[in-house]
Amino acid sequence: MESLAKLSIRTIHEKLVHREISAVEIARMHLEHIENTDQEFHAFLTVTADMALEQAALVDEKIKEGQEIPLLAGIPCAVKDAILVKGVRCTAGSKILENYIAPYDATVIARLREQGTVLVGKTNTDEFGMGTSTENSAFGATKNPHDLTRVAGGSSGGSAAAVCSGESVFALGEDTGGSIRLPASFCGVIGLKPTYGTVSRHGIIALASSLDQVGPFARNVEDAQTVFDAISGKDPLDSTSVLYRYAPLQEDINPKKIRIGVPKEFFAEGLDSQVEKVIRDMLAILEKGGAEIHEISLPNAPYALAVYYIINTSEASANLARYDAIRYGVPAQPKEAATDEKLFHVYMNNRGEKFGPEVKRRIMLGTYALSAGYYDAYYVKAQKIRTLLKQDFDRAFEKVDVIMGPTTPFLPFKLNERTADPLSMYLADLFTVPVNLAGLPALSVPAGKVGELPVGMHIIARAFGEPLLFQAGKLIENAWNF
Amino acid sequence: MLSKQQVEHIAKLARIQLSPEEIEKFQKDLGGVLEYFDVLKEVDVTGIDAMMHSVDLQNVTREDIPQPCSEKIVEQLLEAFPEKTGRYLKVKSIL
Repeated sequence: MESLAKLSIRTIHEKLVHREISAVEIARMHLEHIENTDQEFHAFLTVTADMALEQAALVDEKIKEGQEIPLLAGIPCAVKDAILVKGVRCTAGSKILENYIAPYDATVIARLREQGTVLVGKTNTDEFGMGTSTENSAFGATKNPHDLTRVAGGSSGGSAAAVCSGESVFALGEDTGGSIRLPASFCGVIGLKPTYGTVSRHGIIALASSLDQVGPFARNVEDAQTVFDAISGKDPLDSTSVLYRYAPLQEDINPKKIRIGVPKEFFAEGLDSQVEKVIRDMLAILEKGGAEIHEISLPNAPYALAVYYIINTSEASANLARYDAIRYGVPAQPKEAATDEKLFHVYMNNRGEKFGPEVKRRIMLGTYALSAGYYDAYYVKAQKIRTLLKQDFDRAFEKVDVIMGPTTPFLPFKLNERTADPLSMYLADLFTVPVNLAGLPALSVPAGKVGELPVGMHIIARAFGEPLLFQAGKLIENAWNF
Repeated sequence: MLSKQQVEHIAKLARIQLSPEEIEKFQKDLGGVLEYFDVLKEVDVTGIDAMMHSVDLQNVTREDIPQPCSEKIVEQLLEAFPEKTGRYLKVKSIL
């Protein structure tokens, strides 16, 4: 296993093509590694060993026949348990979907299958993606592989931990307000939240439809690029997906030419001083390498978190109305004599019994924000400030190429440290939510450590600016060689 | 802090049965978050349009052509019904 744990997708691909190792051997190594170590981290909710070995055998057959194979063929991938994989249980981290078997593939999964990617399992998530630590999963929290007393981050914490611990070469997550970038930062891996509309949301269990976007976790920026290339593009089954074809920049950028904006609002009160030091040190290294650093301002960024939680809870309350355990899922046991139980009580009981506290809290908040008399004061006002925030970004990008700052305000926190107070948990998303509100792409790249704990640099680009984003990410990856 | 009646009303709208302990906890929790939302009162949004979507999409339409659905998928959907009679989903009466 050790021999593969640090290799890039391209290197593993070369080994496959040159028959130094078979796809089945690779799959077996990863499945064994999951079996031996996952009880420590709890990254996986379901392991799909049979499916993985079957997919791997098909790849080996193609190689044997001398066929050319795509880059992702035979490469193990873990999938957040909010993305449907045909024939496999999909829980979204919730009791209400505990026994739900997906009848079809999400478009991103269908695209990976076409490539011959090997799916090793479904990973842990906060219930319906609502959380920043996976502690809201109905099936227990995922622990940080760097320190088992701390959280892996969330909501896609299982995917981050799986890539970090070498249980998978890459993984898919879903980011509504930071759910890819935050766990990527906490676990010290690469996490990409793509531009809204570049990746299909068909077959994704929706949290907040105007914010949700699927993206990869990877060991290095090039791998994230490879996966984004494979999963992005227009999908007739998602009307919000846009006509888009990813094309990498032809030349590596000259750091002397990149203009980096550093928003003063991301270095305000609430930022851990140790995290700030790692980020400032990395910016200094980039500047020494020739990058231009400009202090900029996003004046409406301090309002982003409140705006985000109004929009998130409002859209969630509508999206989660479908979970009533009537058409699928596990119904609650009737509390009253079954004969005079009415449909209304079935809804009340099923949802009351099967949803966890954070899901109830958010549905209630959203229901309140959308209810008569409050709609204008909360939802409409939030959507207007969202416009102001987008204008802040537009103005900033007139002067700079990318924006950088810390991905999270603090280090991975201890298990149970923030569960009692919902607001303290929400604060973890402080720097990531503005990006979802504006629909922009962003990357979290490891920038250094405090003790054993990784710190991520958050890089934000213009809409559809992924090619530049990847180049900027590589600058940080290679910063130590300046 | 929300009143007990307010929380009960929202819970009913949201179709979520709450225990007395949950109602008490949510009075505090929801009240706290709503208080935090008050920070937005200081933002002047006169003349600003509400943004419904970050990507500038116009109406997206496609030809209305029925797509076949395999019997196997239909079977799987039926299989997921917790209660059924034949190929019908069984639910409790409304009234």
